[in-house]
Amino acid sequence: MFLQQMINGITVGGSYALIALGYTMVYGILRIVNFAHGDVFMMGSFFGLFCMQFLGMPYYVAFPIAAIATAIMGIIMERVAYRPIRTADSLTVMISALGVSTFLGNLAMVLWGSGTHAFSNFSGITVSVYRFDNVVLSNIQIGFIVLSVLLMLALYFVVNKTKIGIAMRATSHNIKTAKLMGINTDRIISFTFGIGSALACVAGLLVGIYYDAVYPLIGYSYGLKAFAAAVLGGIGSIPGAMLGGFIMGIVETLGASYISAGYRDAFAFAILIIVLIFRPAGILGKKEIDKV
Amino acid sequence: MNRKIQQFVFEHKKMVIPIAALLLLGLPFFVTNSYFLHILIMVCIYICLALSLNLVTGYAGQLVLGHAAFYGIGAYAGALLMLKLQVNFFVALLLSAAITGLFGFLLGMPALRLRGDYLAIVTLGFGEIVRLVFVNWKGLTRGPAGLPGIPSPQIFGFTISGRTEFYYLALILALFTIFFMVKLINSGVGMAMQTVKNDEIAAEAIGIQPRKYKIMAFVISSAFAGMIGCFFASYLSYISPTAFVYNTSMTILTMAVLGGLGSIMGSILGASILVIVPEMLRFLNDYRMLIFGALMVFMMIFKPEGFWGAGKRRRNIYKINSEVPDHGSNS
Repeated sequence: MFLQQMINGITVGGSYALIALGYTMVYGILRIVNFAHGDVFMMGSFFGLFCMQFLGMPYYVAFPIAAIATAIMGIIMERVAYRPIRTADSLTVMISALGVSTFLGNLAMVLWGSGTHAFSNFSGITVSVYRFDNVVLSNIQIGFIVLSVLLMLALYFVVNKTKIGIAMRATSHNIKTAKLMGINTDRIISFTFGIGSALACVAGLLVGIYYDAVYPLIGYSYGLKAFAAAVLGGIGSIPGAMLGGFIMGIVETLGASYISAGYRDAFAFAILIIVLIFRPAGILGKKEIDKV
Repeated sequence: MNRKIQQFVFEHKKMVIPIAALLLLGLPFFVTNSYFLHILIMVCIYICLALSLNLVTGYAGQLVLGHAAFYGIGAYAGALLMLKLQVNFFVALLLSAAITGLFGFLLGMPALRLRGDYLAIVTLGFGEIVRLVFVNWKGLTRGPAGLPGIPSPQIFGFTISGRTEFYYLALILALFTIFFMVKLINSGVGMAMQTVKNDEIAAEAIGIQPRKYKIMAFVISSAFAGMIGCFFASYLSYISPTAFVYNTSMTILTMAVLGGLGSIMGSILGASILVIVPEMLRFLNDYRMLIFGALMVFMMIFKPEGFWGAGKRRRNIYKINSEVPDHGSNS
């Protein structure tokens, strides 16, 4: 029972971690919270569904295309809604992000209706279940965990070992100095939004397959919880977002199965508030010092 | 354009205010359609909510993303007091403000340790937890089914029941909130709050305790939200958790920001526009919120200080108080 719930928690946590990475990377570079990220996640899921349903693609073709489409959408979003107000204060950016969020949520509603869409009718993925003692694992769950861990490792490699990763870290450290050092910071910001959106799209597809459901309002609860996960881990920190995502998934799954299912979402937020009271900058976050 | 209107209002205060008051009082004589009256009542409710959020976010600088939770606590507290304990509406109004203020005090505690985005997420989490309690504590709140049959306000044997009567009550509450906020902002306490917002360390250096004023802002802000929540419960006579979701918090915040943070007139305008415009866009059906979202983005790009922002207001005060005409001091 406990082991089973842990595995379920890790599966859900993987999707939170993937979405949280988008929040944390954007925050790390621009110091803004992209409140529309949950809706990017939702749109990614719908793009994948659209490719399979109307273009008849098999899932292994549809998913990369959906990821690319979502990345492009993320880049356009930054160009239109965030770039013109980059120097404005964080509240202005937040309202703009809420505007984007409202726009995307209702765009999905107009395009696909407010109902729930099943993935299984179109993906062609058959579910097979493996049993070990009293633990049940499905092929979808295994794929979910493996893919999310692989993507996180890939991201870690990109950020730490490649040239563009160095540029990203420099930009997040100090955007002005990075610019003076000849880094094209606008390109780095676009790249960050692209990567974050693509990761959110993958999370959207995985969630869509795992729960076999996607609907326009799905971005709201996942977006909120992933944002909470990013803050829990220490917003701006990439390993923090991964850790926060998994903690969030495990806590809410265990809480829902052992205490009360109705309060599922409350556990995630309660743990967040408790952690923040004792560690105001999150688990792996750096404390910012006020300079006088 | 905007600036000229603002200046006109400032210069002709003595004339503008009585005219506005007469218009507001006489409105039900022209507007007899109950749908329009309902919208006017909602405008009054949202003016109180936007103003109370503006106090804590615009004046004391603490970003709150869960304001609907206070609104909801007030509504549920008021409804339960009236339903289960048969308390008179006006007593319930005060009690629910007090109860909500207590919750505001609780949420203010982490605000002493956290700042910026971290505080924002804590308030957001608080809002979600409160909503989940409304949904799940079925013994008290009846969960998603909601609480029906909340009694109408009674005063000296007279029952307030029609839309017109509710409009006057809403107007009184809104005017009281406006009056209170104006007095508070211009008092020493209000000045101290704004100092804390502008620079906490400097505030501490001149002997203002940030923790005291932050907590105060939280308590007053939540008490007003709770008060209007109680009115809302009595007005609709039915409440359910769906009215107090994250979206409501965001709507209130949008009103305060689009109107102009740190400006009383801004919150009033923001609330009026954000209640009325979506109603006017109803003919667009499904595209309504789509367009609304795009408008929000454009507003932030082209007019980030809001309709009646603090930046503009400050400029106006200079112009009126000083005899020297300013030549292009538009900084």
